[in-house]
Amino acid sequence: MALEAPAQPPDAGTIGNASALRTPDIVAPGRGPKTTRVVSAHSSIGQRLAAIWESRELLVYLVRTEIKVKYKNSFLGLLWSMLSPALNLLVYTVVFGFFLKNGMPNFVIFLFSGLLLWNFFSLGVLSATGVVVANAGLVKKVSFPREILALAAIGSAGVFLFFQVIVMALFLVLLHNTPAWSLLWLLPVAFIPTAVLGSALGILFAAVNVYLRDTQHLVTVLVGSAWFWACPIVYSYSETAHNFLALHHLTVLYFLNPVTPLVMTFERVLWNHPGLVSLTTFLPTGKKHAQAFILPSWPATTYLWADAAVFGVAAVILFLAMVVFGRLAGNFAEEL
Amino acid sequence: MGSVAVDVRGVSKRFRLYHEKYTSLKEKVIHIGRIPHEDLWALQDVSFDVKEGETVGILGRNGSGKSTLLKCVCGVLQPSSGEVVVRGKLAGLLELGAGFQQELSGRENIYLNGSMLGLSKREVDRMFDDIVEFAELGQFIDNQVKFYSSGMYVRLGFAVAVNVDPDVLVIDEVLAVGDERFQRKCMDRIKQFQKEGRTILFVSHSPDQVRSICDRAVVLSDGQMIGMGPPGEAVRLFRERLLEAGDVLALRVEQLEPPAEASATEDGGAPGETADVQVATGHLAGGADHVRPIRITEVSASYPEADRRPYLLPGETLVVRVGYQVAEPTDNVIFQIDVRSPDGSALFQTDSEILGLQFDAPVGPGAVEFHFEDLPLFDGAYDITVGIRTPRGMSDWREPACRFEVMNPGRSTGVVALPCRVAVVPQEPVAP
Repeated sequence: MALEAPAQPPDAGTIGNASALRTPDIVAPGRGPKTTRVVSAHSSIGQRLAAIWESRELLVYLVRTEIKVKYKNSFLGLLWSMLSPALNLLVYTVVFGFFLKNGMPNFVIFLFSGLLLWNFFSLGVLSATGVVVANAGLVKKVSFPREILALAAIGSAGVFLFFQVIVMALFLVLLHNTPAWSLLWLLPVAFIPTAVLGSALGILFAAVNVYLRDTQHLVTVLVGSAWFWACPIVYSYSETAHNFLALHHLTVLYFLNPVTPLVMTFERVLWNHPGLVSLTTFLPTGKKHAQAFILPSWPATTYLWADAAVFGVAAVILFLAMVVFGRLAGNFAEEL
Repeated sequence: MGSVAVDVRGVSKRFRLYHEKYTSLKEKVIHIGRIPHEDLWALQDVSFDVKEGETVGILGRNGSGKSTLLKCVCGVLQPSSGEVVVRGKLAGLLELGAGFQQELSGRENIYLNGSMLGLSKREVDRMFDDIVEFAELGQFIDNQVKFYSSGMYVRLGFAVAVNVDPDVLVIDEVLAVGDERFQRKCMDRIKQFQKEGRTILFVSHSPDQVRSICDRAVVLSDGQMIGMGPPGEAVRLFRERLLEAGDVLALRVEQLEPPAEASATEDGGAPGETADVQVATGHLAGGADHVRPIRITEVSASYPEADRRPYLLPGETLVVRVGYQVAEPTDNVIFQIDVRSPDGSALFQTDSEILGLQFDAPVGPGAVEFHFEDLPLFDGAYDITVGIRTPRGMSDWREPACRFEVMNPGRSTGVVALPCRVAVVPQEPVAP
């Protein structure tokens, strides 16, 4: 491999000729040691990670592009990314506050704290699954680490998460629901494993979907619906699921779902009603409020360790996804 | 110069050609293990290197693997085996404007495309004005690219790629876009690149382009590299391979059927029924029942080294021989000859009368020869059309009667080999 850098950039001697259209400062400096790139059938994960890191700026542009394009021709533009979750929340407030009363104080906040994380996860995975096929034109003609496409899908889901967090803050104030300030650090602790898991699944599905277009539909059903109901988002773990699971010895199985502890962390921090909670519904007989456990009364460290375990699992899946993606990516351009 | 910028090492690429494409789970399960496919080796063990500052062209017929090779170099495709080592920043122009996002403005697309080519925002900032100026977009830079004309689109694509300051530029037949002025601008930019010592690898269908800008050229045929060398040499190899493959460029000496007039004359006034006659009928002045007094039997082109190579060099002598058969004695027979260029336009037209030959034909076979001395033609396959006129009208016509090919070993290009030399004019020393 001819790696030894020449003492001078090869064009240094010819700048005089070159200055007709470009200013010399573009040609002369800044072209230091040249990068060497190898295109071959086998590239190691380390090389690919390095390539992804090199292309981080492209990642930012792709995320920006996707968000810009999404709201390009709408009058309110980016405002929609906050308006639509806000309107959704208003609908939930009305529905669960007046019609489907379940007694949980500020149930909307409970629901939305789980949804925040879940929406990020499912939107990321779902859009990443189709992203390589959708960008066939790009994949066939331009060279860049293809994983970037899936990561960009996760990234733009992250941007929408950001806007939803703003809406969430707004509703926390409106509904006088104080989050657990001292546990705020648990939010990133739960977010990071979610992002890693989402990236892992997104990368995996994106690659498989090129060869097996069923993946898209399968993922829509599995991630979009089945997985959602397996997480305590609409229902509470302690009140609804715990007894049933304990009775059938399914608790372990339930917690094999890696998203469950993450969602519960968000609920713990944002909704912030641990332990025994007085329900807003009255018992039919007396004036006394019914009481129930909505969230388990775990200490912060339990959440921390549960999320750390998910992170470990997610990292392993990410590694496997990278291996699979690497095996499949070489033939993307011919399969599309 | 000297060190290697692009090193292609034993690159092979296999495509699986499925007779039917099964991409759904059901179909894959149904056809598991017995999905019919053929292996197509688009590239087989191709190895060469491109030195820094060199311009290398890739020649080959359609389907010879040119684009596959470029895609492997760019990293769009991974080779099935072997590897490509690229030293320095590479900008690939496999398709102009490939990375553009329709909904975004030209400005935003410049940044997006720049980052795809591996530039930071700061670097694009610095080149932004150059790019806009080169693309000649002016105030349209803030319009969405979906409203651009195709010309604006490709101009922007090219402008970004050549302004990103690549060490290696890879171009796949994209130079045939834009108007003539922009094309010239592109070529100027490519030549400037060469002067700056950058490396260029490009595919072209035009041997002329290869000849005029390349230092070396690679010739591909059916996925195999059959040669690499100076452009003149490579173009010759490429042409020869085309001839061997029996392509349209092949030199064909039309051996015409032995005259069908035996039957035609016996039938008297009956219209000629053989295919041979029918082809010619349309051109005959006297109509179908006209008995043609003189017919072409054979047209051949020959030149000094015809047995050694299937083409002429510019400046050689070409002899076109027209054999004929006279059925009834005719006075004032005129032989007409046309030479047509590869694209079908008439280059030269004359006849024996203009050339000063007065000829009365007796019954029987005979032949005339046209001598083209110092044939001043450049690369291409040229068609010869031959006709015979008599005072009563056109007697026979062959179009095209035969074809010959010219190959230019030098580096000049164009259609006509104008004799030309260059010298420095000696200056009178100016007294101080």
